[in-house]
Amino acid sequence: MFAYIARRVLYVIPIALGVTIIIFGLVHIAPGDPLNAVVPPDAPKETVELLIKAYGFDQPIPIQYLKWLARAVEGDFGISFATGRPVAEAIAGGVVNTLVLAVGAILIGMTLGCLIGAVAGYFQGSWIDKLATGFAIAGVSVPHYWLGLVLVIVFSVEMNMLPAMGMGPGGSKEWAWDAEHMRHLVLPVITLSVIPIGIITRSVRATVAEILTMEFVQTLEAKGLRSRRIFLHVVSNAAPTVLAVAGLQIGYLLGGSILVETVFSWPGTGFLLNDAIFRRDIPLLQGVILVLAMFFVFMNLLVDITQSLIDPRMARS
Amino acid sequence: MFHHKSFKRAAVAALGGAALTALSLSPGLAPKAAAQGTLRLGMTLADIPVSFGQPDQGFEGFRFMGIMLYDALINWDLSSTGKASGLVPGLAESWEVSKDDPTKWIFHLRKGVVFHDGSEFNADAVIFNFDKLLDKDSPQFSARQGSLVNFRIPSIKSYRKIDDYTVEFTTHEPSSFVPYQLCYILIASPTQWEKTGKDWNEFAKTPSGTGPWKLESLSPRESAEFTPFKAHWNKDLVPKLDKVITIPIPDPNARTAALLSGQVDWIEAPAPDAIPRIESQGFKIVSEVYPHVWSWHLSRVEGSPWNDIRVRKAANLAIDREGIKALLGGYAIPASGHVTPDDPWYGEPTFEIKYDPEAAKALLKEAGFSVDNPVKVKALISASGSGQMLPLPMNEYMQQNLKEVGIDIEFEVTEWNALIDLWRGGAKSPQAMGAGVINVSYTTQDPYSAFTRFLRSDLHAPKGVNWGFYNDPEMDKLLNMASSTFDPVERDKVLAKVHAREVDDAAFIWVVHDVAPRAMSPKVKGYVQSRNWFQSLTPVYME
Repeated sequence: MFAYIARRVLYVIPIALGVTIIIFGLVHIAPGDPLNAVVPPDAPKETVELLIKAYGFDQPIPIQYLKWLARAVEGDFGISFATGRPVAEAIAGGVVNTLVLAVGAILIGMTLGCLIGAVAGYFQGSWIDKLATGFAIAGVSVPHYWLGLVLVIVFSVEMNMLPAMGMGPGGSKEWAWDAEHMRHLVLPVITLSVIPIGIITRSVRATVAEILTMEFVQTLEAKGLRSRRIFLHVVSNAAPTVLAVAGLQIGYLLGGSILVETVFSWPGTGFLLNDAIFRRDIPLLQGVILVLAMFFVFMNLLVDITQSLIDPRMARS
Repeated sequence: MFHHKSFKRAAVAALGGAALTALSLSPGLAPKAAAQGTLRLGMTLADIPVSFGQPDQGFEGFRFMGIMLYDALINWDLSSTGKASGLVPGLAESWEVSKDDPTKWIFHLRKGVVFHDGSEFNADAVIFNFDKLLDKDSPQFSARQGSLVNFRIPSIKSYRKIDDYTVEFTTHEPSSFVPYQLCYILIASPTQWEKTGKDWNEFAKTPSGTGPWKLESLSPRESAEFTPFKAHWNKDLVPKLDKVITIPIPDPNARTAALLSGQVDWIEAPAPDAIPRIESQGFKIVSEVYPHVWSWHLSRVEGSPWNDIRVRKAANLAIDREGIKALLGGYAIPASGHVTPDDPWYGEPTFEIKYDPEAAKALLKEAGFSVDNPVKVKALISASGSGQMLPLPMNEYMQQNLKEVGIDIEFEVTEWNALIDLWRGGAKSPQAMGAGVINVSYTTQDPYSAFTRFLRSDLHAPKGVNWGFYNDPEMDKLLNMASSTFDPVERDKVLAKVHAREVDDAAFIWVVHDVAPRAMSPKVKGYVQSRNWFQSLTPVYME
């Protein structure tokens, strides 16, 4: 088991390096001047060139990459072109804000998804199953931003019950666990949780239904086990698949949703990334994408390890 | 199919809604009423503009950061509406051009002005701030701040302190536009820069200027809070509000929802199609013509069909500007030139720009073109961008209008920043792909921005943004005369001749002027929307 975990951890290193090369490459092959969006349109060429030099863009790309990597390894992602603020600080702030949203959406998504999926799988073909499947398909198909806008129109504009945007009252400066801030959380969390509910429901349903047809279940039944005990066996067999799906969803949620965070003006990583793209703030863009990519890498690692703990066959294979 | 999908969506919304209702109706969770005298303002920006002196993010950055914290030597008069806003003394009480040498400007500084940190404003502070932008060897030099504003002071060659309250500027050549250039240079406190470790990024956290507002707090991408600077040198400009909170809400729908749900009291640029809804709920829409023009900038390089004045005039006559105005929800003014007819620079052009497709067809026929044998032109446009209004539908509308008279337009749609690159590169650059049109909207706030940079023959790429390589020796003479006429009234008369000549020459295809609608709660009182990109929040109060 230890060797398996060690091997998985070591795999992360080439993956992470590959990710950095792709990120750096993609950002730098984008057409146009890297400083285009941060200097005014009229700024003369000499001024732009002075800045290019100051930011080191006149150096060969491999050198720029190595310098950036050396600093990034130490957690220094440089200074944002646009604001002059440290990128690491901006990302840290964004990650905390996104976490607040993601944790809420994960809790709702996992709980409802597993619950609805298991019930649907157990009662396959029944009206409960049909209802749950319909709900799951709707959840997967409904566009995030559309649902967000509809919720805002209904609950903020028409009924004036919940805030339409922002993280807290009056452009709140930081998150606090009080009623005022919680009110701001409701609509974005619901919007964000709809897709994971749908996806998790569908995979839990399919897995549970499949396991129920397996011979060991019949054996358990033949042995006279109570259905509650059998259900526990089914759940523990379904867990690795469900974890893999849920892990990816958690990765997506932690990455922040550009659309949902923009619709709700929620200053998380998605909002940050959107801003970085539109302003072509290269240090910020590289930093945010790297951190988000690493989220995925580590979520996969975590899921792999958890799966192997639940199902030791995986580590052996 | 549509109904089926809509039903599913509605069902999801309803399911979520049932759960929500319970939570949202809980007692004690209703939003607290905003404190008396606090204005919450939703900006179109995605981040708070930088606060270290020269703001980023264009004129909205100036509006909601720059001129709130800082003054320039010369400020814009933002106290009136209904007429072009002019310049007024700021940190300089008066200025004059030397009689012996018209390249020398003497500025007499205001005495008794203090920065937010309590230190005194004087000539040293002025020199300190210009060194920050222009002297690469000074410890306070900031390439970033220079990049944001140096292009606005092309005339300034050097500057020096004469005494504690007198500063002299020397220009490369005589230029009457100097006041219009210096009004963008904001004066930050040298003392505060020392106190914050001589680091502009640190300074940005606790900035200090002489402006009517102090920065209370700034949280990137979330909000900035401003409180009045009671010791401002101009008592008329001491803010009435207790506090202003600016909040970045880049999405127009989110801005509108925030206003309608009472989360903010004021939003910039509501989406045109949301305006009737906003008004129907008792909110105010305020608008006033802006020094802005949405036009097609024409290429005049060899081989361009626009080199024939009949084709240029025909295109100007083919555009149904009232239709485009309707497309914008009525929030635009049809253009009959680069500036509006009530502008002192409008003059008396003889070519009347109106919608007359028959006249356009006749002109094109004379030039050898028709609907069956159309002029073919490629146009560089963007899908969005600062000041671009609704570029895609507007351009498509024009494409249709022009097709009807015999001008076929092929669009090359690029991302906004890429379009700016093409604009800087000029019509002759290979990247322009032989395009005959570029659609970048322009400010007309000052004479250089409105006329010189596009019309003076030497200001083409890479030196400037005369994108189309416009070249008219008579125009060059007029522009030089304007910049060397120091009496403002006389100078405006020359600029009116520049404009009349430009219109008679159909140098652009002018379409509309923006009226910058903003929506606000009926509780917001005292606001005067000046005819300027900059606006003052100092007279505003909450009822």
